[in-house]
Amino acid sequence: MDLTASDLPTPGAAALLLQLRDIRKSYNLGLPNEAEVLHGIDLELAAGEFVALIGPSGSGKSTLLNIIGLLERPTAGSYRLGGQEVVGLNDADTTRLRGRALGFVFQFHHLLPAFTALENVTLPALMREGHVSDAQRKRAKDVLAAVGLQQALDKRPGELSGGMQQRVAIARALVLSPPLVLADEPTGNLDTASSQEVFALMRRMHAELRTSFLIVTHDPRLAGQCDRTVELVDGRVAGDRGR
Amino acid sequence: MPMPVPTPPPLPIPQAPLAPARWRLSSLGFERRVALRFLREGRKQTLLIIVGVAAGVAVVAYISALIAGLQRNTLDKTLGAQAHITISPLDNAVAPPLPAASGTAVLVQTQPRVLSARTLVNWQALLPLLDAMPEVAAASPMVGGAGLALRGQAQRSIALAGVDLDRYDRIVNLRSKVVAGQARLAAGEAIIGRDLASDLGVQVGDRITISTATVATGAAAAVNSDSVRITALVDLGVRELNRRTVLVPLRTAQSLVGLPGGATQIDLTLFDVWQADQLAPAMAQRWQLKVESWQQTNASLVSALNAQSVSTTLIRAVVMVVVVLGIASVLVVSVVQKRREIGILRAMGATQGQVLRVFLLQGAIVGALGSALGVLLAVVLIYLFTTLVRGSDGLPLFAITLAPGLALRIAAVATVCGVLAAVAPARSAAKLDPAQAIRM
Repeated sequence: MDLTASDLPTPGAAALLLQLRDIRKSYNLGLPNEAEVLHGIDLELAAGEFVALIGPSGSGKSTLLNIIGLLERPTAGSYRLGGQEVVGLNDADTTRLRGRALGFVFQFHHLLPAFTALENVTLPALMREGHVSDAQRKRAKDVLAAVGLQQALDKRPGELSGGMQQRVAIARALVLSPPLVLADEPTGNLDTASSQEVFALMRRMHAELRTSFLIVTHDPRLAGQCDRTVELVDGRVAGDRGR
Repeated sequence: MPMPVPTPPPLPIPQAPLAPARWRLSSLGFERRVALRFLREGRKQTLLIIVGVAAGVAVVAYISALIAGLQRNTLDKTLGAQAHITISPLDNAVAPPLPAASGTAVLVQTQPRVLSARTLVNWQALLPLLDAMPEVAAASPMVGGAGLALRGQAQRSIALAGVDLDRYDRIVNLRSKVVAGQARLAAGEAIIGRDLASDLGVQVGDRITISTATVATGAAAAVNSDSVRITALVDLGVRELNRRTVLVPLRTAQSLVGLPGGATQIDLTLFDVWQADQLAPAMAQRWQLKVESWQQTNASLVSALNAQSVSTTLIRAVVMVVVVLGIASVLVVSVVQKRREIGILRAMGATQGQVLRVFLLQGAIVGALGSALGVLLAVVLIYLFTTLVRGSDGLPLFAITLAPGLALRIAAVATVCGVLAAVAPARSAAKLDPAQAIRM
């Protein structure tokens, strides 16, 4: 299969971005301690949405995010990303699609400590092309400037505060303009002021780029600032507000 | 309310999508950058393992050069004073009796016959054939026999050899071994060993008498003797040879030994000493003569050299295994330490192949840097050996040099070993489940 960027809906169009149908996930398949953590999830995301995924610990939020992020495979069900069925793709195709269609922001360990902020943000291009063109470097600098880090291009992650690191991670997630950014507790490791700042930044990027965001969070205040809130309880969708 | 981010300029949105992902195997830009950065990040580990590889490569290169030098030196010393191939008549064999009638038990006991000196039949015709062989560098006929050297009251038993000086010189490089006088062998002249001269109390220019006893078939023993003038003293490197050797012109020896026109053996020097082993049996077959290679006459030396080569190979192999294990263990640790980074790279779209190559490249880089350093170290060791270790005469014991070809080969092998050492860690890194790696 060969999927080109044009197969994916461009940010801003109100097209259907992803569609999950009866997604199930079991761990320790075939063993006595087999456990199903997702019991048939149905979920649709339109392009340009800003969605919070909430739920108590152990409700399966992270597992669902990993499945949507193509980091884990569902045990059963159908997952269409940009109109394309992705369950059953081989590792190479999955990886390629992940690199092109998705940006990630994690709670911890977001950046490569050996690389500067600018290098971290140019990594996706380097990974894809084998080199970083001047245009790509300029784009990375622009994105870093947009998240307020024009002064910290050559700083290593260890020299930056937690909030600044997370802003670098957001810049990296956005640099190749993916249609969807997945964030797993992006503010879970930050103090209140920093987490508000990072969240505001994501909202602003969303407003400017019309990139879709799916954010896993524990924080009801942050969830309240999202356009839509999907609640997961015990591996099932228990609520979907703001559609 | 969201707090404002400090004065952000508006973000330009790219109009055209970025170039689609394309597979470029030729430019390993990403892999190279990440591999180098990972190595630089683990500074101490990297340095340690590079030094480890360097030490291994240095040991291998130094031992190889040392053993090669030692063997070359031993061979030069041994073969410098002897022929690579010696051709002589077949030993006399007792003709077997007629086959006995069937049913008859025959007990046979034969004693080897006592032989007088015998000539190579038709050696004058054989010589040009040998000269024409492409493998043969020089051929020299010789008449050998036993005798006595007499000077006044002194007498010593000697090994008499009649030679053509120019031809013989090309076999044993005689002229370089002269310690007194000038190598010259006209009629009535002789070159003798250094120790024989002092035993007899003679110098260059003195005369000695050489006498031999020959037994012609069916006749009484006859004593031949001749007086010769000493033109040069030689040091053949072996005491026993120096006490017994007397070289005279071919004709003089022929008449002293009682083999007019004869030659008891032909000595050959080859361009490639290691061909002697294959050439000798072929010659023996072709001419029905006794043909012995230097390997046959120096069997214990050859087996000693072989034992040396085998142990060198063994040492090399063990050191290389240690190098491989060292690189592998460091990379295994590195993979464990870098699980999260690997997970992030995979989440960002790095393929399994890219992660695999990042670690293979680390092995190759460590191997290559270690090799370069190791070869330098070996050169220093060899320099120290040749300048510090000297014989009693103040000269280096023997020359050892690291041939550039050998150094390159060792470096290439070490680099390949680095890649091989990286295979297992690289595969485990590539197989890491990204979701799990990130969660940790």
